[in-house]
Amino acid sequence: MDIRDLWAEALAGVLARPVRSALTTLGTVLGITTLVITLGVAATAGNQIVGRFDELTATAITVEVPARPGGGPLVGWDSSAEVRRLRGVTSVSALAQTEESSNLRVTANDLVDPTRVTGQTLAVVAGDPELPRAARGRMVEGRFFDAGHVRRGDRVVVLGDQAARMLGVTRLTGAPAVFIEDRAYTVIGVLGGLGREQVLSTAVIVPPTTGAGLGLRNVTRVLVNTSLGAADLIARQAPVALSPNHHDELQVISPPTPKRARDGVQDDVNGLFLILGLVSLVVGAVGIANVTLVTVMERVSEIGLRRSLGAARRHIAAQFLLESTLIGMTGGVIGAGAGLVSVVAVSAAQRWTPVLDARLALAAPVAGALVGLLAGLYPALRAARMEPADALR
Amino acid sequence: MPDVMPDVIVLDAVSRVFPTDPPVRALRDVGLRIRRGDYVAIVGPSGSGKSTLLNTLGLLDRPTSGSYLLNGIETTALGDGARTRLRGREIGFVYQSFHLLPHRTVAENVMLAEVYGGHPRRHRRRRALEALELVGMSHRVDFPPGRLSGGERQRVAIARALMGEPALLLCDEPTGNLDSGNTEAVLDLFDGLHARGLTLLVITHEDEVSARAGRRVRISDGVLTEE
Ligand SMILES: Nc1ncnc2c1ncn2[C@@H]1O[C@H](COP(=O)(O)OP(=O)(O)OP(=O)(O)O)[C@@H](O)[C@H]1O
Ligand SMILES: [Mg+2]
Repeated sequence: MDIRDLWAEALAGVLARPVRSALTTLGTVLGITTLVITLGVAATAGNQIVGRFDELTATAITVEVPARPGGGPLVGWDSSAEVRRLRGVTSVSALAQTEESSNLRVTANDLVDPTRVTGQTLAVVAGDPELPRAARGRMVEGRFFDAGHVRRGDRVVVLGDQAARMLGVTRLTGAPAVFIEDRAYTVIGVLGGLGREQVLSTAVIVPPTTGAGLGLRNVTRVLVNTSLGAADLIARQAPVALSPNHHDELQVISPPTPKRARDGVQDDVNGLFLILGLVSLVVGAVGIANVTLVTVMERVSEIGLRRSLGAARRHIAAQFLLESTLIGMTGGVIGAGAGLVSVVAVSAAQRWTPVLDARLALAAPVAGALVGLLAGLYPALRAARMEPADALR
Repeated sequence: MPDVMPDVIVLDAVSRVFPTDPPVRALRDVGLRIRRGDYVAIVGPSGSGKSTLLNTLGLLDRPTSGSYLLNGIETTALGDGARTRLRGREIGFVYQSFHLLPHRTVAENVMLAEVYGGHPRRHRRRRALEALELVGMSHRVDFPPGRLSGGERQRVAIARALMGEPALLLCDEPTGNLDSGNTEAVLDLFDGLHARGLTLLVITHEDEVSARAGRRVRISDGVLTEE
């Protein structure tokens, strides 16, 4: 039997009852659609979450510098320049914050409204001019202090946006001042929109040279930002750059590797829906098997006729197998289409970038065909086993 | 034997017992010889074993005992596959109920006869149209069988049976579903085929049909007698 004849006969068999064939595909369509949506949305969402990880934490490194009783500083204020030189570092800033400096009394020079409580207990932090970039913030008002302020030891401060609100400093016109432990400092800017190091939003930031008078002599922490993928390497190199002789005393806090984050997300989302999709596929297979069996019983005389025309048992089996496989494959194709459209729709609604795996689009029809093939095994066997004389009766 | 060409059918002591309870002896020690170009009618009451005989001759059923030579080939010793190939090559069937596939056109139904058994695909449609011309159905080539009259359907079925140029045409009550006019047309067609040298074996219980055959064989209770 020519393979093209087999195709033509099977196709004609499927198309002879188009409505029945269409309904028979439904279970497979449902199962494949569920599987494609599950895998597609999980991949898309997983990629999305990893994308956020990338932006926020996967490139952020913090180096904690412990205090060294009696000894000199482990990390000098100018050591961050060494880190900045490393390949893959986008910004670095050193800052100092001690326990004593964390609870200082800060008041605004609000003489106009004495009824307002303007005194606050705030943290005072010393930082270098790179701090806004390294903390991924922006200046809400005014400007940050520069190298000139640092060199001269100017008595200037920048307020975190929360701190500014608490102190009632809303405008910088008229050069407002704040009092730290009763000494006046000029407010030159307000820092907000912090992407990391949120504590700064409730802090008063002073230049390192100014901070020395407040007990903020030594660097306690270095913020490092890297380009994507460089975090692992920089986490190893930064301590050496900061303190070549005592790098093992520094504590590095680096992000988890992005790969693990992705795996974790997908594992969580997939399990249940995968089972649901597989169950639908089994139901679909049972449906195809059932309908194919009914079809075989309806076509007994056709089977007898084909046998009388010289069809061997294997020809009969092959035709019914191919018919059920075609039905399953059609279900797979429709399911893949519906699933991919759904993934795109869900992604659009969530403003995600859909991640469409080409292998998924190809595997779905194959899976459908396989379901049809398995479902057709028993009916095809029944058809092939019929005795021609009985079938023609 | 002096003949170069063997006889088409040689049955010797063929029995067919259906293993029911009690067993049915549908054929008892049947002997039959049909020569090339014979036109034989098999008559007999209902349940006498006519269809069983035809199924045996058509290799659709195996005798319980005895010997059956088709074109000189001993068929009872053949396996399933060889019997199927022989059947497809040597025998054409015509049934009372036509057995046309309802969802295929007349031409496709006729072409079905060449789907199995290694016939070339080339010119298949042309050969089908020739067979349809032979039975006078050229004007309904692309009709679905459902729109044909009973006589037309049977002519299409005969065209299908003639497609593979069989040595033998086996017909089980070919006019059983037809009125006298259509019966006449089908019998005329058989006469024509007989005249062209085809070997014909027709089961019938109508005298009108059996009268046209050159030879009449009666079967009753599985026992065959020549008339
Ligand atoms: N598969 C079977 N199992 C058991 N008995 C059978 C089987 N097929 C036929 N028979 C019996 O064998 C006998 C002959 O049957 P057969 O079909 O050959 O009759 P027939 O001459 O063709 O009758 P009719 O003219 O009604 O078609 C009947 O008694 C029938 O009941
Ligand atoms: Mg009968």
